[in-house]
Amino acid sequence: MTTTVDTPLLAVRDLRVDFAGPLGPVPAVRGVDLTLRRGETLGIVGESGSGKSVTALSVLGLLPRTASVRGSVQLDGRELVGLPGRELAAIRGRRVAMVFQDPLSAFTPVYRIGDQIAEAVRVHQQVDKAAARRRAAELLDLVGIPAPERALDSFPHEFSGGMRQRAMIAMAVANEPDILLADEPTTALDVTIQAQVLDVLRTAQRETGAALVLVSHDLGVIAGTADRVAVMYAGRVVETAGVDELFAAPRHPYTLGLIGAVPRLDGRGGPLVPIPGSPAPMAELPPGCPFAARCPLAEQRCSTVEPELSGSDGHLAACVRSAELAERRPAPAEVYPVPEVPPAAVTGDRDSRARVLAVSGLGKTFPLLKGTVFKRRIGEVYAVDGVDLDLREGETLGLVGESGSGKSTTLFELLNLAAPETGRIELLGHDTATLTRAEAHRLRARLQIVFQDPMASLDPRMPVGDIVAEPLHAQHADRAEIARRVPELLRQVGLDPDHATRYPHQFSGGQRQRISIARALAVRPKLLVLDEPVSALDVSIQAGVLNLLQSLKAELGLSYLFVSHDLSVIRHLADRVSVMYLGRTVEQGEVSAVFDRPRHPYTRALLSAVPLPDPAAERARDRILLAGDPPSPTQRHTGCPFRARCPVYARLAEPGARARCEQEKPALAGDGHQAACHFPG
Amino acid sequence: MTTLVADPAEAAPAPRAAGRGRLVLTRLLAARGAVAGAVLVLLLFVLAFGGPYLTPWDYATPDFTALHQPPSAQHWFGTNGIGQDVFAQVVRGLQKSLVIGLLVALFSTVLASLVGACAGYFGGWADRALMFVVDLLLVFPSFLIITIVSPRLKSTGWIAFVLLLAVFNWMITARVVRSMTISLREREFVRAARFMGVRPLRIISRHILPNVASFLIIDATIAVGGAVMSETALSYFGFGVKPPDVSLGTLLAAGTSEAPVFPWLFYFPAGLLVLFVLAVNLIGDGLRDALDPTAGGGRPRRNSRRKKP
Repeated sequence: MTTTVDTPLLAVRDLRVDFAGPLGPVPAVRGVDLTLRRGETLGIVGESGSGKSVTALSVLGLLPRTASVRGSVQLDGRELVGLPGRELAAIRGRRVAMVFQDPLSAFTPVYRIGDQIAEAVRVHQQVDKAAARRRAAELLDLVGIPAPERALDSFPHEFSGGMRQRAMIAMAVANEPDILLADEPTTALDVTIQAQVLDVLRTAQRETGAALVLVSHDLGVIAGTADRVAVMYAGRVVETAGVDELFAAPRHPYTLGLIGAVPRLDGRGGPLVPIPGSPAPMAELPPGCPFAARCPLAEQRCSTVEPELSGSDGHLAACVRSAELAERRPAPAEVYPVPEVPPAAVTGDRDSRARVLAVSGLGKTFPLLKGTVFKRRIGEVYAVDGVDLDLREGETLGLVGESGSGKSTTLFELLNLAAPETGRIELLGHDTATLTRAEAHRLRARLQIVFQDPMASLDPRMPVGDIVAEPLHAQHADRAEIARRVPELLRQVGLDPDHATRYPHQFSGGQRQRISIARALAVRPKLLVLDEPVSALDVSIQAGVLNLLQSLKAELGLSYLFVSHDLSVIRHLADRVSVMYLGRTVEQGEVSAVFDRPRHPYTRALLSAVPLPDPAAERARDRILLAGDPPSPTQRHTGCPFRARCPVYARLAEPGARARCEQEKPALAGDGHQAACHFPG
Repeated sequence: MTTLVADPAEAAPAPRAAGRGRLVLTRLLAARGAVAGAVLVLLLFVLAFGGPYLTPWDYATPDFTALHQPPSAQHWFGTNGIGQDVFAQVVRGLQKSLVIGLLVALFSTVLASLVGACAGYFGGWADRALMFVVDLLLVFPSFLIITIVSPRLKSTGWIAFVLLLAVFNWMITARVVRSMTISLREREFVRAARFMGVRPLRIISRHILPNVASFLIIDATIAVGGAVMSETALSYFGFGVKPPDVSLGTLLAAGTSEAPVFPWLFYFPAGLLVLFVLAVNLIGDGLRDALDPTAGGGRPRRNSRRKKP
């Protein structure tokens, strides 16, 4: 590594972690070297199972007993590996503090937030209770929690996810540690909240001067926050460099592939480049470079010896051809094979195409019940409160919104094929309110769904062939037809038809999602509802599934209703987009129009919160940070429901204009590109 | 995605549409324990129905020249206090107990899984009505009811007896199946099936029941032993197996008190009962592994578990 004058704050040398498995130890980390200097932000990026979290946890000695740790972790020259628990406890929280992924499970639910932060202070500092409490209030103020004095007396469940994560950061910086370890700190959060939390992390780092280790799978988060980046694959660091260098000129084909596989919000970067295959299981890694089997640049020598991390001027890569990559600087698409997307089967003007789905004024409320024996209604949750959708043949409509915006409720209302509570749903020319049972059953064949989590949506006890055949059975297809169709479907989604006798658990995540897609396509539907189909997948796998969806749509003339919280994915795949906030459609239109010229302030904030996997562009952007959390859907708001967080409303000076936002509910206005705002941009 | 180089010789002749039934059967036949258990049950049936022809003695006719005799060439399993041949009695008892044990376990498990799954899946009124019946049967003193109805059923023979035993044996299982179904109902694969237009009863048979099968199988194997033993208790009411007719249960009941002095009266029927329950357990284990795809093929092929496509 580079030589520095002072000793590095944290030096990890040849760290190896094995977990006890049923067949002997399974490696999780296989020789990691990391150096962290004071005040620096190191991003560790990698896919699931790459060992990034284990590396972070082993610094603090937080691994379970089944793990054996070898190598060296030095904090300011002091060896931490093998240190007895008592001495480690003095370091944890004092010198090295951790921010976990799931803040709900990181707080004890039965103690107040203030007491837990004060406890963290008193563990390491000799102060009395009142002083610790004052300090806790200061800390909550630092991380931007409104009314910190009152927040001290709240219980963790009373906080929203973003607030809990802030409180978690407050607790971590309570003793002004030298190092903050953040393990996927924003993965469970929505983008606007993620932007807030990342901002708080930066503030906390600036205030305390701590070094930050940010572990994430999200290249965008890393690009916007880190100074240096380490890319991990199969338990090793395969490339490490300064953030600009790494994104501009990656020297390892895996990094190159990762960058090419991420859909980009700004629409640049061309077609997605999937990395073929899936990571080899850690228990049986092949000899040589673990990435060789998936690498388009692999040579004979790659499968014999695992290359060492090497390179010059602080840019190291573990690849025999890194020098060549550094010189040539190829784009991802030049190295990886890019699948051809066939021309669309449905062409022609949008207005002339058949209407597949038309929703107007859809509403759905859930009763809030109280009492155990006698349930009584104490209020209502307005889950969906005015959704309008319009989807034509051969089109992809992206439905975007944060959690709680009513996306899923909207979907289930569509899939129920029953009369909605309020509003009207027209599916393939049928009004769902007037359907008979037989008609509804027939209509089911033309509308299929792909769920988010492919493991949960496939019956674990059913072989894949039977799973794919299920909708055919439901539509009473005959045996010969089913026997012919199943292998055809498996081939269509890029699986081996001979795998029909295997069970879902024998497939990787991406393959399972392909099975899910094959099942949905079995009855030749017209409309496919995709409920976050790639959010459970790793980036390199996600790209392959997105490309598959794109080519299937072109080939079969399908229409997609694509629900996602990931705006980059929507931008990449959808033709039109519909943005939801608090159960209402706030903006809709062509993807290019909405993404390039958003008119609703919420859309603008949402777009600016999405991190770009491009450090230069990320720094150049000005960000609109939304204040607070979405309000509760249990009350019906007069006027514009977005008002409380709206930057446009906050800037309005004229009382008449403010009154309009406060009293009048904005309707979707405009043709083609509609926005529900009184003062659209 | 990854391509697996399939062995053409292996893949080609296999029929394409190998559904779940065939896969489970293949896995079941590959499990040595299950096959051994099945063979053992078969042998017990052969012994039970072929045994009477092997011995000149009848189960009821006493041999007054041999009272309380230990096993010998003449009386293989010895004789009891009134000179009846224990071997003849044991094989006669085995006939009854095999049929009763297996059928009661089968009936009660089928009933429990159907009622439990329907109550859990449909919820609402169906759930309340079915659970009312279950609770009613649970609080009813089953022996009292059997005593009341038994005189009317005496003429119908053993099948009514099996049904009665089954009717009072399924409720707790049904409650467990119901609660498992309620959690399964919310799983995405069940929701997916519903949105695909699969009919409710088909969802229950194809998705819910296979996923509670592990529990059902364990429960059924326990029920086999339980049924054989509870049949003994019913014999006190003069119902079911009546002297001079015997079953393993009545033989055990009679032999328990004499076991320290005349061990052959107890240990031969007890040994056969243990063998029977053991065999059923082996089959159950094999079936459970065959239905559970993560169990690794039923055979201890250790590396197959980690095989990735």
